Amino acid sequence: MTQPVSKTSVLAGMTSRALVITGLVVIVAACLPMVLSSYQVGLATEVLIFGVLAMSIDILAGFAGRTSLGHGAIFGVSTYVVVYATGQAGLSPWAGFALGVLAATAVASIFALLAVRTSGVYFLLLTLALGMIVWGVCLRWTQVTGGENGMRADVRPAALMSHSAFYWAVLAGAVIVSFAMWRFVRSPFGLTLRGIRDSESRMRSLGYNVPLHLFIGFTVSGIFAGIAGGLYAMFNNFVSPSTVALAQSVEGVLMMIAGGVGTLFGAFVGAAAIIVLENIVSSYTERWLMVLGITFVLIMIFAPEGIIGKLRAITSRKVR
Amino acid sequence: MSLFQLLNGLTFAALLFVVASGFTLIFGLLRIVNLAHGALYLFGGYIGYSVAVKTGSFVVGGIGAMAAIAAIGFVLDQGLLRFVRGNELRQVLLTLGVAFFLNDLALVIWGGDSFTVPIPEMLRGGTRVFGTFYPIYRLFVLGMGIFVFIGLWVLLNHTRLGALIRAGVDDAEMVEASGVNIRRVFLFTFLFGSALAGLGGLMGGAFLSLYPSADAEILTFSLAVVIIGGRGSLVGVGVGSLLVGLLNTLGQVMFPELAYFVIFGPMAVLLAFRPLGLFGRAT
Repeated sequence: MTQPVSKTSVLAGMTSRALVITGLVVIVAACLPMVLSSYQVGLATEVLIFGVLAMSIDILAGFAGRTSLGHGAIFGVSTYVVVYATGQAGLSPWAGFALGVLAATAVASIFALLAVRTSGVYFLLLTLALGMIVWGVCLRWTQVTGGENGMRADVRPAALMSHSAFYWAVLAGAVIVSFAMWRFVRSPFGLTLRGIRDSESRMRSLGYNVPLHLFIGFTVSGIFAGIAGGLYAMFNNFVSPSTVALAQSVEGVLMMIAGGVGTLFGAFVGAAAIIVLENIVSSYTERWLMVLGITFVLIMIFAPEGIIGKLRAITSRKVR
Repeated sequence: MSLFQLLNGLTFAALLFVVASGFTLIFGLLRIVNLAHGALYLFGGYIGYSVAVKTGSFVVGGIGAMAAIAAIGFVLDQGLLRFVRGNELRQVLLTLGVAFFLNDLALVIWGGDSFTVPIPEMLRGGTRVFGTFYPIYRLFVLGMGIFVFIGLWVLLNHTRLGALIRAGVDDAEMVEASGVNIRRVFLFTFLFGSALAGLGGLMGGAFLSLYPSADAEILTFSLAVVIIGGRGSLVGVGVGSLLVGLLNTLGQVMFPELAYFVIFGPMAVLLAFRPLGLFGRAT
């Protein structure tokens, strides 16, 4: 790499400046429960969980050039399995969580098998259709999923019952998972994915197995979406078809885009923006989906590079 | 599968054909994947229902639904999509935003109850088809599907406009270079494709009924049809609709709760061999 070696610290190639900033952000995030109300701590927890989901989508969209509209379904499968395993099957929350992530990974690998041969709009359509099928099954398979009414179960472990304790646990989880994703996209494997994003034919002629790389990339991204889904099960203690619905995938993609495609950590900014917006809107009107749709249209027209990218573009224009 | 179920599959396929042919026309010519197509179907159904109930005429309802949806299509194309032309991903995501907006708007206007479009007197009741008693209205839907197929086939293969559309599917720039205003052809196709979704909404609303998640269901089926049939091919939509319609009915008879899986299987097998669908061509 072209980065000067001297700037690189011991921690896996992170520059010391980036390390300091990351440390500060995590410390501030860890202090939040001391200043926020318990309701706001709940929102912050949600931001972290959906940030992880948006990051998992960004692995594919930002680094492999394939935007998935099926990740909400992968996320939701994990939620369903965790709730089912702890509620109906009587497993411990941790075993349920592991099963949920496993199930999400399995679903992601099936999606991946079908989707790796496509790109561009076809990839989008296929992942959308696959996600809809998961939604259809969750809605109709009443005996197992509880149909439209969903399922309720006390998933959250007793030790994490308080809002702050659960927030800290999720924060720790999010930090670990973010670090893992960051390592993943910077690994030689991640660089190969970027190569595929920029020119599939070049990578193929260099001898890389493009479908295999995409398959692994998709499955790994599914693991992270599954982790987010499992955390969401513990957060909500409830699951219904709306957890796997298209709106879930769309919100994830919107958060990813709002944060900036390919920025990875921008996902948390995007998640915070969308969740705060959702809460402000919901306190005035029940028409959140309408506002979500309008937001989507406006971002697509005016700020496809994301909120941060847009702000950066505006400020640099003013400076000039 | 009994004759009754076979007919159910065929009539559902006919409805899918009407909806998905509009979808694939737009996809094929304008390269726009209009994910608001399902929402246009639902809106068309609701508007058709309201007009039909007010005027007491099914035909007026149909005309009203088609005109209203074509108008929404006009706003969508000229008011929003023009800002993101040439960027496929942004177009798709934009139409998705519009789909959410329209779906929620429908919930505001018509509420969450399910409606059934009133069937005209002459199409009520049933008749015997090869010894099986079958509703006349569903046979009418089958007839409409065939009628739309023939109409589209004649339009595409035997008119100047159809020739322009076909040429545009193959190479829009070349058509424009030869002095044709391709923008106008694009716009016509967009409005026409949208109107077909509106017509489908009215037709489907009379036997599948209209409810808030109907748009997502019909969109999934349309996507499956287009993924199987291939982009921009009329025959592809026909074959895709038949496959999806029959498989869906088969699935509902054999595994009622997992019917969605049954359209998933063939789609998977097909994609492994032909990523662009049965009749799709690489561009």
